[in-house]
Amino acid sequence: MATAISSPAQVLLSGNEAIARGALENGIRVATGYPGTPSTEILESLARYDSEHYVSWSPNEKVALDVGVGAAVAGSRALVTMKHVGLNVAADTLMSVAYTGVRAALVIVVADDPGVHSSQNEQDTRMYARFAELPLLEPSDSQEAKDFFQLACEISERFDTAVLLRSTTRLSHSKGMVTLGTIQPSRAKEYEKNLNKFVLVPSNARVRHEKVVERTGLLREFAETTELNRWEKGSSEIGVITSGVCYQYVKEILPDASVFKIGLMNPLPIHRLRNFAASVDRLLVVEELEPVIEEQLKANGIQAEGKEYFTRLGEFSPERVRAGFQKAGVLPMPKAPETAGAAAAVKENLFRPPALCPGCPHTVPYLVLKKLNALVAGDIGCYTLAVYEPLAAIDTTLAMGCSIGMAVGLQKGGDGTRPVVATIGDSTFFHSGIPPLIDALYNNVKITVVILDNQTTAMTGGQEHAGTGKNLRGETARTVDIATLCKALGAGFVEVVDPYDVSAVFRTLKSAIQYDGVSVVITNRPCVVSPATIRTTPYAVTAKECNACQMCMNLGCPAIIWTEEMHEGQHKVTIDPVACMGCAVCGLLCQTNAIIPLAADPARRTV
Amino acid sequence: MEPNGTQNVLIVGVGGQGVILASDILGVVCMNRGYQVKKSEVHGMAKRGGVVYSHVRYGAQVLSPTIEPGTSDVLLAFEPAEALRWSKYVKPGGTIIVNSRKRIPPAACQDRRMDAPTRYPQGIEQALRGQVGDVRQFDAEELAVEIGDHRMCNTVLLGALSSVCEFELQDWLGAIAASVKPKTVERNQKAFLAGRNAQFAAMRDSLPSEKCEMSRSVTCLDAPEIAIHDSWCKGCEICVVVCPQACLKMNERNRAEVVKAEACIRCMLCEWMCPDLAVRVQ
Ligand SMILES: Cc1ncc(C[n+]2csc(CCOP(=O)(O)OP(=O)(O)O)c2C)c(N)n1
Ligand code: SF4
Ligand code: SF4
Repeated sequence: MATAISSPAQVLLSGNEAIARGALENGIRVATGYPGTPSTEILESLARYDSEHYVSWSPNEKVALDVGVGAAVAGSRALVTMKHVGLNVAADTLMSVAYTGVRAALVIVVADDPGVHSSQNEQDTRMYARFAELPLLEPSDSQEAKDFFQLACEISERFDTAVLLRSTTRLSHSKGMVTLGTIQPSRAKEYEKNLNKFVLVPSNARVRHEKVVERTGLLREFAETTELNRWEKGSSEIGVITSGVCYQYVKEILPDASVFKIGLMNPLPIHRLRNFAASVDRLLVVEELEPVIEEQLKANGIQAEGKEYFTRLGEFSPERVRAGFQKAGVLPMPKAPETAGAAAAVKENLFRPPALCPGCPHTVPYLVLKKLNALVAGDIGCYTLAVYEPLAAIDTTLAMGCSIGMAVGLQKGGDGTRPVVATIGDSTFFHSGIPPLIDALYNNVKITVVILDNQTTAMTGGQEHAGTGKNLRGETARTVDIATLCKALGAGFVEVVDPYDVSAVFRTLKSAIQYDGVSVVITNRPCVVSPATIRTTPYAVTAKECNACQMCMNLGCPAIIWTEEMHEGQHKVTIDPVACMGCAVCGLLCQTNAIIPLAADPARRTV
Repeated sequence: MEPNGTQNVLIVGVGGQGVILASDILGVVCMNRGYQVKKSEVHGMAKRGGVVYSHVRYGAQVLSPTIEPGTSDVLLAFEPAEALRWSKYVKPGGTIIVNSRKRIPPAACQDRRMDAPTRYPQGIEQALRGQVGDVRQFDAEELAVEIGDHRMCNTVLLGALSSVCEFELQDWLGAIAASVKPKTVERNQKAFLAGRNAQFAAMRDSLPSEKCEMSRSVTCLDAPEIAIHDSWCKGCEICVVVCPQACLKMNERNRAEVVKAEACIRCMLCEWMCPDLAVRVQ
């Protein structure tokens, strides 16, 4: 939408859109991935182009990478996308494809999340590049994101290796101007069988490991000459080595310093960096997260300063980079900030945590689980938000797909006083919930598995998956039915329940936790915001009937808020008719019948 | 303008208010005027009622995609508390345009102690004025509703922003036409003009004062006492289910039992709902 342009050649693209464009301009034939903020929009953007490349969501990142490797072995250029933690899931394949190499370019885009905007950790993918001995490219704006894609393809084919292209939240979700090139048709090379290369039996693997070491040597030479790494001469007093978005911050804050911008992060151009170091009086490294550059400099005997001024924690910003230079004495310290006492006091009340949407189908199951005093092993998705007050119904959240396995452990290792329940979303179930369910069934562990099927991958913006009946391009696809699958695995208790029907959820979960074995309860209401917005008549509170019992407030529905009218020391409530989507759940909970559909209240029909 | 001539506009609000679309339109306007543009936001948790922001920077050359605190020329806030959250980004002499409609988060309504106030900052306007001279507050949602669509609030606010930017009216209207769904172009342009004209009509100084003073009722009650007549209770579990504070539990004999009397907020539901009159709250 915002790509409307004045001159046909330049458009405003996010880092993710630029990567997708890069893929098209370089003849990518197969593109797969699994959604994950901030990487999701790459494939979504690619799917909007009308061309014949294959673009699809896989059930998880490992499968996605397997598909990508298969395509590259077949002789087609392939792209695989994921968020940083997705690479953990795909790591098994990654470590081995590092040995085999490819036949056509394989570009693995991994988007890191420094600052943990929307993730469970802030691990640094550059460490994986070193671990797997794979080249890693790091663009610093949208234009480079597209340009580096071409270089990634060239390196991949020239050095016979998969290539990592690392983005970060800031790059993926920032827009900048990009000059477009032409879209290239994709082609497949003729297939050639090569058992020594692509079958990693021990005898082959030993030989392939030699090739990896050899390749790393060649890449080291390449790093010394490639234009990906750039020495920008400036003052000889201060030299800064940096990469990615941090480069932009450094250029803005120290416009006169000498800068060495690293575009090829692994392996590093150690000789050039040594010369750079020798050309300046003081050398600083500005890198987000781990001291990957700094430690390698030091290991090579090059003196540098970095993490003592620029923290390992969180996301960088111009202000944090400025503060680092101030701490290092490169810039003068700021004047002590004036104490804005009153403003600070007011700001104490500024908290706005994310919450489940009004009418979210995940709400009631958690309300009931809290009532049933269940020990809940949660998982990752929108429903993780049920960890906050007032639902506060989740005991653990670790990584995707962990809920069911952890429930088995919590049951077997626990004191048995509370029923153990795993809650998992539909997309997460397909991602990594099926093997642990098999484990629970195989060992007949007394747990309840609640599969919150909202028919989408909501947390990441509403992507299709194997259970939704549509593919990434929006075409009709085969559907895997979750209830049928669970029964086929041998589950004896499988019930589907409407999560808006409070008493049905209560009854079903109550009998589920009493079942002697694995019980599976599946909820069946769609997400109310994606892929489509669902709305019916909003509800309203009749103030004189409300006795401020706070029962409806236990839902945490953002549409219900307090009024300033009190009843015995408690706030009466009101419903925002714009925010309410009309699920009627609060009305079911209200024991005084104060909550009725807006249209049924003649006095308020005009809102 | 900063020394290198970069202009900074920070647009902030709450998930679902249309912050990103507004900043997209501004980006198109800047680009069509021949400026370099960068804009930056973070998607993700924001959609679910959390905080949303978008940095827009334009000029001859733009490096960092984000704005440094104390350097933003304009802060366009879709919500008063959000204006306060981000006000430190505004430079001395900058402008804050703020929609006066509050969005009280559900998290602000959770303290169940007697007479607990809603957790929303008071005195926002004074605090903003204490920091930045030029604060323009108005009810954008009212204008949007007048046009017949509360969702146009973001375009109304964009219109207000246009009153302090250098661009021509035609630039804005063209960018809106290029950025929104064809069906809604006309309504969006109308909303834009409403916001723009309201600003020009010097609404800037007559600001409605904060209405939301706490009305504290001074009912003072002793800690409640919940009594359950054990022999009348037949174990139907209704009271346990209806208690919003989970004060009651079924015991091993399947009779209701008080487990958290201190959490009782005296809503009386258990007493009212018990079919056997077995529960008393005093
Ligand atoms: C390994 C890994 N991949 C991807 C993600 C990003 N991610 C977070 S939640 C989620 C999916 C949630 O979908 P679902 O389980 O259906 O729950 P919903 O959000 O729809 O309620 C994804 C893909 C992640 N956190 N970790
Ligand atoms: S996006 Fe959908 S699943 Fe997520 S909180 Fe909102 S309604 Fe619930
Ligand atoms: S009906 Fe009640 S619970 Fe449902 S969205 Fe509206 S206010 Fe929230």
